[in-house]
Amino acid sequence: MRDARGDVRRPIGLRLWLSGGWLALLTVAALCAPWLAPKDPLMQDLFLGRMPPFWMEGAEPGYLLGTDSLGRDVLSRILYGARLALIVALVAGTLTCVIGATLGLMAGYYRGWTDRVISRFVDIWMAFPPVLFAILLIAVLGPGLVSIIIAIVIIDWTRFARVIRAEAMSQGAMDYVASAQVAGRTRFGTMLTEILPNVLPTIIALLTLEMGIAVIVEAILSFVNLSISTDSPTWGGMIAEGRTSVHQAWWVLVFPLITLFLTVLSFSQLGEGLKDRFDPVLR
Amino acid sequence: MALLRNILIRLITTLVTLFGVAVIVFVVIRVVPGNPIAMMLPPGATDADIARLQAQYGFDKSIFEQFVIWLGGVVQGDFGQSISLRQPVAQLVLGRLPATLELSLMALLMAVLIGGTMALLGTLFRNTRTEGAVDVTAGMALSIPDFLWGLVLILLFGVLWPVFHISGRISPSLNIDFTTNFYLFEALVRLRFDVVADLIGHMFMPALALAIPLAAIIAQLLKQSLKETMHLDYVTLARTKGYGENHVILREALPNAVLPTLTLVGVQFTFLIGGTVIIERLFSYEGLGNMAIDAVINRDLPLIQGIVILFALLFTLVNLVVDMLYVVLNPRLRHA
Repeated sequence: MRDARGDVRRPIGLRLWLSGGWLALLTVAALCAPWLAPKDPLMQDLFLGRMPPFWMEGAEPGYLLGTDSLGRDVLSRILYGARLALIVALVAGTLTCVIGATLGLMAGYYRGWTDRVISRFVDIWMAFPPVLFAILLIAVLGPGLVSIIIAIVIIDWTRFARVIRAEAMSQGAMDYVASAQVAGRTRFGTMLTEILPNVLPTIIALLTLEMGIAVIVEAILSFVNLSISTDSPTWGGMIAEGRTSVHQAWWVLVFPLITLFLTVLSFSQLGEGLKDRFDPVLR
Repeated sequence: MALLRNILIRLITTLVTLFGVAVIVFVVIRVVPGNPIAMMLPPGATDADIARLQAQYGFDKSIFEQFVIWLGGVVQGDFGQSISLRQPVAQLVLGRLPATLELSLMALLMAVLIGGTMALLGTLFRNTRTEGAVDVTAGMALSIPDFLWGLVLILLFGVLWPVFHISGRISPSLNIDFTTNFYLFEALVRLRFDVVADLIGHMFMPALALAIPLAAIIAQLLKQSLKETMHLDYVTLARTKGYGENHVILREALPNAVLPTLTLVGVQFTFLIGGTVIIERLFSYEGLGNMAIDAVINRDLPLIQGIVILFALLFTLVNLVVDMLYVVLNPRLRHA
């Protein structure tokens, strides 16, 4: 978007650099996992169970971040786990965004019965505990990547619909929308060419936040053992295993937790940063 | 009259929402693959046995018929029989509700204390490094969901510096014969402070994990509205009367700044209650959420229904209470 007062751009800022940098690193890790991972993430070696990370006494060379109770390499599992986390973030995040934002736009701009129906559904959705809803859906759909993505879309579309509805409503009341209609645009055309570009910054910020949330939902589902098949490495699955053996082998919990923590933090900081940057009022 | 009409409309929409929740849960869980009845019978059971039990639980009828029968029971307070635990759902769910309520209220209390303190500090030391620190802390705390805070707390206070219990609700040795399931409340009333300490030792981490994101929201909102209130004329008047900064913030600005925060905290509190599902699992705390996850894993349809409806009821009640508090606390609406 162009700023009427001239192009006074603020510096991108440390926050955007750091969060963007971490996510870029993670993407590389996910894409190149087969070449970067020192070991096979599924390879078990019961003689090498619960080996500590490299700087501690008794560490096994070649296993930088130690091993879990089955002797699997923690670092390799984190790298492979990044694949699933990022796929879920991208696909589930984008689908949720498209569906939720479309419904929100329609409710906020068309108003009337469209709004009433959509808002009623949003109200009902808000009365569900989201985590329980997600677990229930996975139980119905069966475990697997596609199920996780569908579950996230079904649960989280309201997050977009609520916010975008409110934005579209306030944009719809503006003079420029009325003048577009006077000029002969159809209502649908006006929605796409006038309303959408103005709510786009909010959509992008929400999308980034949603990607972080999708990663968490996947981790929670893996944690209760309902994600994809148990032998693919997932951060949530690693955390679940680490939680049970936290007193014997803290590294099995700590390393995937740090990775997940930084990833979720980066997504949300990226979203906040982009929001500030795009927001014409704050700029 | 307008107030009465508003309340009536609210009640009707609440009922519609609950009905919608019931319909959705009912339909969703009945497309679950896997026969819940087959799971509860020993391996040698005949087809006739399965059919008999299915008829007993009503699973042989159509979804619509089942729904009507279930709804008829619910109206009379009968939520059916749990398949995996073989007890009435209402009894099971109400038995676990106090544990979840105590945890949620403890978390709310923590969130208000932490968030309120942060907001006041940020206002008292505005335009200094302290305010910056409050902003950054709140921003970080808000970015990370309760599940991850729970894990971080387990590492900090369960492993690195093990001062709190990382699982359960009470130590078995201290399980005095409670007459209610509100353990904390009852222990306080009976002046058993050793039990109170033990209960809080178990609750501390799960409650704090739930409280951190809400505390951050309270800190941000309350600080923002305090900032706006500080510029109002009556605050300036109090200052010219010679009141100190502490008095001006606490006695003059705070009562008016609380209102806008309250409404949002209501919605956020329902999110907090929703968060208990996974947090209870993480800390093996025997509440509703933990029971819900087991119910899903065991395909215990009547129990799942009961728990989800209770959560939905809880959410709508919280919103109703917040709306009423808003009317009570807002002098402009009181005489409307």
